[in-house]
Amino acid sequence: MKYLLGAVPFVALVFGLLNGKAADMSSAILDKAGEAVTLALSLCGIMCLWCGLMRVAEGAGVVKLVAKLMSPLLSFLFKGLKKGGRAMQLISMNITANILGLGNASTPLGISAMQAIAEEENAADTATDNMVMLTVLNTASLQIIPTTAAALRAAHGATRPMEILPCVWIVSAYSVVITVAAAKLLARRFRRRKKE
Amino acid sequence: MNFTDIVVPCLVAGILLIGLIRNVDVFSVFCEGAADGLKTCADILPALVLLIMFIGMLQASGIVEALTSLLQPLCSAVGFPEQCVPMVLLRPFSGSGAIAVYDGIASAEGVDSFAGRVASVLLGASETTFYTVAVYFSAVKVKNTRHAVPAALCADFTAWLVCGITVMLFFGV
Repeated sequence: MKYLLGAVPFVALVFGLLNGKAADMSSAILDKAGEAVTLALSLCGIMCLWCGLMRVAEGAGVVKLVAKLMSPLLSFLFKGLKKGGRAMQLISMNITANILGLGNASTPLGISAMQAIAEEENAADTATDNMVMLTVLNTASLQIIPTTAAALRAAHGATRPMEILPCVWIVSAYSVVITVAAAKLLARRFRRRKKE
Repeated sequence: MNFTDIVVPCLVAGILLIGLIRNVDVFSVFCEGAADGLKTCADILPALVLLIMFIGMLQASGIVEALTSLLQPLCSAVGFPEQCVPMVLLRPFSGSGAIAVYDGIASAEGVDSFAGRVASVLLGASETTFYTVAVYFSAVKVKNTRHAVPAALCADFTAWLVCGITVMLFFGV
């Protein structure tokens, strides 16, 4: 990331000069800085609204309910963890927070879940299958309401900011299924070399 | 009336109603959460300034056009608009970077254009893969992440593959 930050303006500069686009670049730099602030401000309202609503849902026990509903599915995905154990509980909370779009809650829960898995499976410096599964589920987007995407669409004046909803669900479903399958299949190819 | 027009009002009313029934102090809990949202926005703002500026610079220099025309045949094969290529490349690394790219696409092509829709679907249906992998595994001090990265990238690849076609089916080009 550090190198990328240095390389991007440099590459752009060289390429722009060769292309004779120096004037365009200069105006782009000044315009875009202002545009970033406008964008962040216009995102703010919807972000606040959803974060607030989701906090209410959390307080009303919706998280616990969804976690309960998902437990059969999760015990299929995560093999060999104690049912109702600390690791399993944290995993279901993390996945639920992801589905509800509680971004700030899901990351700390996910990290605690990873630590709980490490403890239960006695992992050293090599990932276990369950660790990979949890990470992969977190890198695929499970969110039901894509808040940021919708907020951005609204900020740009879309007539129906939420009309992309079904498309997002379909694309997410595909990518979740594929990545879970990949995690299951690749687990055999990438065997853990160290045996305890 | 559109199905998605009903989703949001129902959710808002439903959540608030459940909150009231379950005796949640709806107003103050809502405000707490909203303050969190405000913090998120404030957190991404400084990064956005830099990243949107970068992307503006890249676009003005003509390098993005050069790169996308290179990948154009591959994209048209799966019905993916080439304007969204930078989105696919940046999304796994940086969330605010992807927002910055989206902003560029929506300004240039229009939100309700094909490219604008595909970009927003992609933004909603994928995650910052590398960031997540790094955070999760560094938390347990695991060095050998085995198949985590290849499996996670399958998700990003699938999203790219089906995104264009899905939007086409729902909205046409």
